[in-house]
Amino acid sequence: MNRFFEFFEFSWFDSLVEVGSSYAEQIDGLILTVLIIVGIWFLAAEYIFLHFILKFRAKPGRRGEYIDGKNKRHKRWITIPHLCVLAFDVLIILVSFRVWYNIKMDLPEDPDAVIRVIGQQWAWTFQHPGADGELDTPDDIFTVDELHVENEKTYHFELQSTDVLHSFSVPVWRIKQDAIPGRTITGWFEPTRTGRYDVQCAEICGFGHGVMAAHVMVEDAETHAAWVAANTPAAQ
Amino acid sequence: MVEPAVDLTHGHAHDDHADHGPQGWLKYLWSTDHKVIAMQYLFTGIFMALIGGFMAYVFRMQLAFPGMPVPGFGIVSPGEYNALVTNHGTIMIFWVAMPVLLAAFGNFLIPLMVGADDMVFPKINRLSFQVFFVSTIVILASLVVEGGGFAGAWTAYPPLSADSTYNLTPLGSTLWVIGVGLEFVAFLLGGINFITTLMNSRAPGMRAFDVPIVVWMIVVASILFMLSVGPLLAGAIMLIFDQTIGTGFYNPATGGDPILWQHLFWFFGHPEVYVVLLPAMGVVIEIITTFARKKLFAYRTVIFTIVATGVLSFFVWAHHQFIAGIDPRMANIFTVTTLLISVPIAELCFIYIATLYGGSITLSTPMLWALAFVAEFLIGGVTGIFLGAAGADIYFHDTYFVLAHFHYTFFPIAIIGTFAALTYWFPKMFGKLLDERLGKWHFWLTIIPFNMIFIPLFVLGMGGQHRRIYNYTHFPELAGDGFQSMRIIATLSLLVMLGAQFIFLYNCIKTARSKKKAPRNPWKANSLEWTTESPPPHGNWHPDRMPVVYRGPYEYSVPGREDDYWPQNEPK
Repeated sequence: MNRFFEFFEFSWFDSLVEVGSSYAEQIDGLILTVLIIVGIWFLAAEYIFLHFILKFRAKPGRRGEYIDGKNKRHKRWITIPHLCVLAFDVLIILVSFRVWYNIKMDLPEDPDAVIRVIGQQWAWTFQHPGADGELDTPDDIFTVDELHVENEKTYHFELQSTDVLHSFSVPVWRIKQDAIPGRTITGWFEPTRTGRYDVQCAEICGFGHGVMAAHVMVEDAETHAAWVAANTPAAQ
Repeated sequence: MVEPAVDLTHGHAHDDHADHGPQGWLKYLWSTDHKVIAMQYLFTGIFMALIGGFMAYVFRMQLAFPGMPVPGFGIVSPGEYNALVTNHGTIMIFWVAMPVLLAAFGNFLIPLMVGADDMVFPKINRLSFQVFFVSTIVILASLVVEGGGFAGAWTAYPPLSADSTYNLTPLGSTLWVIGVGLEFVAFLLGGINFITTLMNSRAPGMRAFDVPIVVWMIVVASILFMLSVGPLLAGAIMLIFDQTIGTGFYNPATGGDPILWQHLFWFFGHPEVYVVLLPAMGVVIEIITTFARKKLFAYRTVIFTIVATGVLSFFVWAHHQFIAGIDPRMANIFTVTTLLISVPIAELCFIYIATLYGGSITLSTPMLWALAFVAEFLIGGVTGIFLGAAGADIYFHDTYFVLAHFHYTFFPIAIIGTFAALTYWFPKMFGKLLDERLGKWHFWLTIIPFNMIFIPLFVLGMGGQHRRIYNYTHFPELAGDGFQSMRIIATLSLLVMLGAQFIFLYNCIKTARSKKKAPRNPWKANSLEWTTESPPPHGNWHPDRMPVVYRGPYEYSVPGREDDYWPQNEPK
């Protein structure tokens, strides 16, 4: 069964936006699956539609046919396609269920680190665990609009908001989650490509929504360790 | 003994006076005639479309040429940008799509198509427009009050919309909610009329399945609206309380929940899509059957399909909230219901195509608009599947892919569907025939730029561009030349499309000034509105000659008849 689903994992639009997380290919594969299915339906429907328009243009001396669509022989021209639509819907639902489950429901146990992401009007605050790997300890590193993570490590994030709704979105990771004041929403990601990537706020949050830009630095182990060492707050 | 005299006087009055109510310009404010009310809705809707279109022009210019002053507006600040996109959405849905498709054509067509002299409750109908008119003034006022118009997106998610320390528009946001609330009241009043008129005022002989589909569609849409709007009205009142008297229904600090609003809003918001979609689909059915000279394929299936769509539309709302923080298990349920709704909508598209089969098709301007509706709406429909699948929505949510998707549904509905209806019933409404050549220029110069606006936006959405951001140069991944040139193509296409609307305006003026009168039935159509004069007099038919119905509205090309149409009121 897994092999069946792995067939649908494939990235194909990385020229528009890079593939930067472990589950990005699952989402891209789902999008491609839907694209192929609805693309074929769409092209077939438009082809038949335009074909009929051209074929049945009014000509002198020819009348329209009288078909009321009541008898079964005629009706099957719409019942069979509509059963096919239903069947393809089921396929899309199955693939979508798996992607959704892997990304939003099945959080990996024992992540390598937990970070905290706090949205406020109009900036992101990132709380990194620091050298000890634990959140809410004195060596936590706080940054504004710049998240530092290590490549190929699994992270849990705790998403919070201090005022209105925000949405934490990193397109290269294919991740998006709204932040809600009064709640902590936990999710996960595993970056797979080093570099500097955009973080957008994806939920309108007031005057400065358009400038609520942050970025994430995905670093290899050495660079990340150096960053942590250089930024650890001085002990009391 | 007295009765014949009374009848005569009654008929006489109808002939001599255009209206029983006040005369002169007051007639247009206080008339209870369904046709006058339809015109009031139509012209208010067109006026608001001009405002909504101007807003689109301003923010598209800002996106294509960020920071440059926009001719006719000036430099766009982030706050103004947010207010423009917010009110563009609000106006186009609540003050353009609904008043034109549902109210204007509903009012004009229902009594004429079922063979009644007016709505069942003409005074409620008048009240409906008057409340709507007040709501229009309120929403326009909200744009110019101190602090500016509401800028929290047309979905108005709290806490942003509920607290002026967050949204910085204390007056604008409250007026916005009041305006939208009043608009709902207006459509509740109108909807009562649509439903009762179909139920009670049908011409003698007209059975339920002899009613033209567009009437069914408008009535089902009204039922959907009336069933879904209650929770949102309650929600809107809670929102006004949160804004003005400091309650905390949506404020987590006082025990409220911002997600509550999202559920109330989308419980209404998704059926609302079908509220405007169904009338447009009905219009298209009338036009396609007329110009293909074909009987509608499977009339009863259409009725059952729209009822199924309507019922299902109440169970899909949370697909707008997949990543909003709802329980992730809930997303699976809504993925299933959302994809299921593709089945009845696909079926309607198959019925359109099946109706064309074997026809004798004339590509007149109304037919072009109707066919374009089907072709373009298909794109809107299939791109919805991507968003209904929760896994893919994680990426696509709130990107330009969503924006392009719903413009591919709402533009066919509110613009293509409206032009189809307007060009088709223009001779009946105004008694003159539009120029076909100008109409076709207008058609092509609207349809081609429309696609050139939104196809680039699909690509931008796949590239990860999020909505409601006034300047993408802050995001290195989105600031590249390739993406910027797509934004420019979209904006330039919009300018062409807006310019093309002047062709339509010119066509209307030219037609209005010509002396040539339209015949009663220029398209050789079957339904009852074509059996009276163009435009119909007050009371629609002479009271002694009210129509009697003998058959359904789609008896085209019946074998053994000389004419290829068979009006509903023609005795056997």
